[in-house]
Amino acid sequence: MSRNPDRPLSPHLSVYKWGPHMLVSILHRVTGAGLAVVGAAALVWWLVAAASGEEAYESFAGWATSWPGIVIGVGLSWAFFQHTLSGLRHLVMDIGAGFEIERNKFWAVMTLAGALLLTAALWAYIVMVRGA
Amino acid sequence: MSVETTRTGEPGASPAAGPVAETPLARVRGLGSAREGAEHWWHERLSSVAALLLFVWLIVSLLRLPSLDHRAVTEWLRDPLAAVPMLLLILATFWHLKMGLQVIIEDYVHDEGNKFLSILLLNFAAVGAAAFAIFAVLKIAFAAAGMPR
Repeated sequence: MSRNPDRPLSPHLSVYKWGPHMLVSILHRVTGAGLAVVGAAALVWWLVAAASGEEAYESFAGWATSWPGIVIGVGLSWAFFQHTLSGLRHLVMDIGAGFEIERNKFWAVMTLAGALLLTAALWAYIVMVRGA
Repeated sequence: MSVETTRTGEPGASPAAGPVAETPLARVRGLGSAREGAEHWWHERLSSVAALLLFVWLIVSLLRLPSLDHRAVTEWLRDPLAAVPMLLLILATFWHLKMGLQVIIEDYVHDEGNKFLSILLLNFAAVGAAAFAIFAVLKIAFAAAGMPR
């Protein structure tokens, strides 16, 4: 596409002051990409291992319960909750609601807090109730 | 064919005065949306709601299982009421992630050849991974019919 260099460009990313709404926007994309690659790979590995038999499943379970596996698991669960909550926020904004600056920023912060809270609650449940 | 004779932003410019700058925006104005953007947008939302419901089901189901060892998971997946939602989850999830990653590619890969190749590979990877996951669930589910245990 040709662009006339004499015409002005709109201000680019670097000139804006960062706010929670911008952080949530880019986190939605980052967590989505992470889930799509790492999360999908883990899901396929888990299902194929279960279908392949006891030995393959033990190999998966060994990785999943190792320290790197747990770190990835906590990261994936946080990414899932963050992407889900910011996705719900996007669905609300898709119907044209929640664009007032204060309300928009409030719900952006709420998705950040909610994702951390849900991640903590999930792993607290796994460790304390299930005794993993 | 109608030719626009007055152009905004150029007061006093006569159509006969020579070549007039035309922006890409001016060329597409009034033509409606290009290709299938609206359908892609709608399917992304549709699959997001489907995946959300199915993942709530998956998380609750896994937390309710007595154990996550091989025996407990395969016995659970033999039940059609677990296998069918799991198949739907795979379809909704891979459909959704394929559309999401495609938007990222379209935003950041500007070269038309690279963009085409990236989207081609993305489609192969998403369909291939989904096929492996679906086959695994069907294998576990259908094993129940032949092998009592």
